[in-house]
Order: sequence, then structure tokens, then C-alpha cells
Amino acid sequence: MSNDAVDTGRRRFLTAATGVVGAIGGAFVAYPFLASWKPSAKAQAAGAPVQADISKLQVGERLVVEWRGQPIWIVRRPDNVLKNLDGIGDKLKDPESAEEEQQPAYAKNAYRSIKPEYAILIGICTHLGCSPLYQKELNAVVEGVEGGFFCPCHGSRFDLAGRVFSGVPAQQNLRVPPHKFLSDTQLMIGVDQEAA
Amino acid sequence: MAFKQSEAKGLLGWFDSRFPLIETWNAHLAQYQAPKNFNFWYFFGSLAMLVLVNQILTGIWLTMNFNPSAEGAFASVEYIMRDVEWGWLIRYLHSTGASAFFVVVYLHMFRGLMYGSFKQPRELLWIIGMVIFLLLMAEAFMGYLLPWGQMSFWGAQVIINLFSSIPVIGEDLGVWIRGDFVVSGATLNRFFALHVIALPLAIVGVVFLHIVALHHVGSNNPDGIEIKDKLDAHGKPLDGIPFHPYYSVKDIMGVVGFLIVFSIVLFFAPEGGGYFLEGPNFEQANGLKTPAHIAPVWYMTPFYSVLRAVPHKFMGVVAMGAAIAILFVLPWLDKNPVKSIRYRSWINKLLLGLFVVAFVILGYLGTQPADPTPTLIARICTLYYFGYFLLMPLHSRWGKMKPVPERVTH
Repeated sequence: MSNDAVDTGRRRFLTAATGVVGAIGGAFVAYPFLASWKPSAKAQAAGAPVQADISKLQVGERLVVEWRGQPIWIVRRPDNVLKNLDGIGDKLKDPESAEEEQQPAYAKNAYRSIKPEYAILIGICTHLGCSPLYQKELNAVVEGVEGGFFCPCHGSRFDLAGRVFSGVPAQQNLRVPPHKFLSDTQLMIGVDQEAA
Repeated sequence: MAFKQSEAKGLLGWFDSRFPLIETWNAHLAQYQAPKNFNFWYFFGSLAMLVLVNQILTGIWLTMNFNPSAEGAFASVEYIMRDVEWGWLIRYLHSTGASAFFVVVYLHMFRGLMYGSFKQPRELLWIIGMVIFLLLMAEAFMGYLLPWGQMSFWGAQVIINLFSSIPVIGEDLGVWIRGDFVVSGATLNRFFALHVIALPLAIVGVVFLHIVALHHVGSNNPDGIEIKDKLDAHGKPLDGIPFHPYYSVKDIMGVVGFLIVFSIVLFFAPEGGGYFLEGPNFEQANGLKTPAHIAPVWYMTPFYSVLRAVPHKFMGVVAMGAAIAILFVLPWLDKNPVKSIRYRSWINKLLLGLFVVAFVILGYLGTQPADPTPTLIARICTLYYFGYFLLMPLHSRWGKMKPVPERVTH
């Protein structure tokens, strides 16, 4: 055999084939290491719903509860705010909340809420994830608008329905989490309202 | 094969017969020929190595008392500061060292820009250096999360969300990096692992490659001419001197000067006026409340300003990435055969000077709130930053160059 000429074509094929098999093996080995970075079973389970008691929430006040590690705002909006929300559509980027994912279907209405009085929002800016500040006063966030939310990180502004104003870094409205009213004073965050 | 006996005698000879001890010593120190006209700008490479050693040493000591969990991290840093013997010193050496690292690395990079050290045959040397710079930014970013203060938390939240802005895969990528739906203990733990094991190993490895590449092509010098072009009868560069003892001793002088400045900051202003350790970071991370003003640590702010200057979420991220990526291709943007700024036109000098000004302004603005006027200035500086590099194939040839000397001047 040692006297035979080297079959370079065969040798090249075998080297290439070995390389390919090795690369596939490498990919199989890499997968568990990469997949290990995904949220653990414990982190996924931590998304359990939380219950909020809103019986003591005064008009104009905000309650913050934690769900999945995120701040959930419950704002009890006064009538003048609701009236104001109707007339500021031209200042907003997406006044109709046309994008599907921003809120559950039952909150896809003028005030982005089940009950107009209560706004339930995930308090995370849709730009880069800071938690915006709650402002109550007229003109505090945008001229001619009653209250709103102002993000200190990059200057995004939202109205009290969580809708984003035009010309700020954030491109989307604040999200509305799945939620439902258990009674007039008990709210459950993290589960959807059944279709009426 | 015959056993090759070393010429050295005794214990040294025994080792040298079995390990290329004398050969390595000569090749990289005692007979490594460095240009004889180095000025103080050539301190910063060795100073970066010194700071790297400082970071590794103090880092090892910090891990002895640090608790990498969302529940315990913040308290354990306070424990190191108050209760651990000399803990305050080790922690401040590490936190001040991080800023010192970027000071010397930025000056080291500017030296390369000024004297054309990135140009042929040192393109790969420059690219390896850029890889170190990238790794260093990742290392610093992950380290900053570990004290689990308010700025740690919200800084990480914002930076990880940069990845989330990538279309289609962004959301999942963010979750994958965090290991959770928000920045949490899982994020802290993995950043700790990367910060203390993975990235330091990679940095040390790439620094080694940086030196191997440097010693292969030889050092540039303030005149930007190749000393290897003029050799004596023994084949040694006429303008070369052995690194050891000439530059080992000179570098020690640099170390003395550096340590004086470093110690002043370390002992009298370890928080660097709020730029090295930021005020909100003395409050524990709270996922429900963002500090009124958040800004990255100073060494990230020029690139952060670029991000904010672009009024679109994803394009801002792209611009920030491009601001760093463009440095990688610098060797192919500069078309001027003259390396050193000393022999380049006044236009070249002016444009480089303006680049430094723009970079410093971007850095300052990145620490400030994004109000309309600062944002406008940041946009102008960002345009200049990109214009400087993208138009370099043209402007690097503008103006009248001075004659480049045959031999180094000193």
C-alpha cells in the first residue's frame, strides 16, 4: 500500500467530510451552552398574576404594583383628564393604538382601558426600558395636555392613556398588560378578561 | 534528534535547554529593537498593561467578599467598603482603575491616530487593539452591573434594550441576554461569570496577540518612518535601541508619573466627581423606579451621544455600532503615504484637532440630559465624527506635506 500513489482527491474528500461532521458536532455541543442562557423554569414561573386592591386609590393618584419584575401603573384618571384625552389626537403618533400588540383587544378603545376611569399600564418606556415619571398637572409633559408620563432617560413623552407623543425617541405607546376586574375594587394583573 | 544543550551554565542552562528562555528574553526585551525617539505618548501601552494587572489583582480580591446575587450584591459591596480589612482600598483601586484603563487606552489610541501607527504594516496590530477596546467596553459594562445600584440596573436595562431594538429577533435576543424578562438576579449572575472569567481570559489572550503582532512588525515612532529600512553592518536598525534596559527603565518613569496622578484620584476623589462612580449607584437597584437622570460612565458617553443624536430607535443603535466599527477599517481610509502628523499638512492637523474636540464634546453631552440645544450640538459632532472617517480617503491627502526625514529625529 505504501507504494501506491497518494489519491489526493480521496484524501481531500475525507478531510472535508471529517471537517463537516466535526462542525455539525460542534454545533450540537454549542446548543446546550447557548440555550442555557434562556430564562430558567423558575424565571418563567415568576410570571404569576398579581392582585391589586384599588379601593383606596384616590382620583388622580397612581398605584404601582410589581408583575414579572415590571412596574404596573394603575392611575385613577379624573374626568377632566378623560375629556382632555379626547382632543389631543393630533399631537400623538398613534392615537388610535392601531398596533395590535400594544394592548389586549378589550383595552383597544379611546382610553385604552376596560373602565375609562382606570388606566392600567406597564410602566416601561417603549424606547429603551426606563420607567417614566408620572405628572399630574396641565402642561407638565406637553403644552395643552393634562398630565402624562415623561421618561427621564431619553425624553419620551406619553399621555395619561400611555399614548406616545410625536417627535420623541419612543415609537410605540406604552403597553397595557393583560388584566381583569375581579370586582369594583379588586384588579388582577396577568390574566385576560374573558370575552363579554 | 540530538539534545541541544544551552550555552548557559547551571540552573539557567538546565532550564534554557528545555525552554526557550534566553531566546524569548532576547527576542522581546534585551534585543528587541525599538526606535530611539519615543516620546511620552509611548508610555500608554505599558501603562495599559499595568492597569490590566491592577484590575485582575484587585478583581480577584473583590470576588473573595462579593456576593453575586440580586439579594446580596449591593450589601456585599457596602460590606467590602466598611467591614473588610482594606476593602475600601481594593474596591477603589478597581473602580478608579476602570476609569484609568480607559484614560490610558484612549490616549494610546490617539497616539496611533496621530503618528499613523495603524498604517501598513501595522493594520492587523491596530485591529487587534480595536478588539481589545471592544472587549474592554463589554468588560466595563458588565462590571458596572455588579454593585447592583440604581445606575447599574437602569444602565444595563437601557443597554440590553439596545439589542431588543433589532428588528424581528430583538425581543428574544434581549430576553436571552438577560435570562429573564427584566434585568434580574439571573442577569447579575451571568454578568459576574463573564466579568470575572470569560472576558478577562479573552482580554489577556488578545493583549498577548497584540504584543506578538507588535514585535513582529516593530514599533512605529513619532516620525512615522521605518527604522528597519536603515540597518548597520550587523543587520540592526541604525535608529534602534534594545527595549531593555532603555525603555524598561523609561517606562518605569512613566509608571511613577502615572501612579502619582492615579493615587491623587484614588485617595482624594475616588468617585471622580460623580463620573467614575455615579451618585444614584449608592442606592440599591429598584426595578420600579428610574433615577431622574441616567447616564453611562464617562468612557461610554461619546458613543452614547451618537446613539441619542439619531432620532430613530434602531438607527441610533446602528449609528453607535458604526461609530466603533468604522475604527476597524481606519487603515484603509487613510490614503496619505506620510504616517506621522509631524510631516502632514496643516489641514490634516486641523481636522484631527477638530475630531478630538468633537469626541470630547460628544463625551460631555452624553453625561447630560438630552435637551434640544445639546442634542443639536451632538448631531453636529456626530456628523463630524462620521465625516472625518468617511471623507478621510479625500482629506488625508489635502494640503502640502513636509519632507519626511530619512532618519528619526530626537
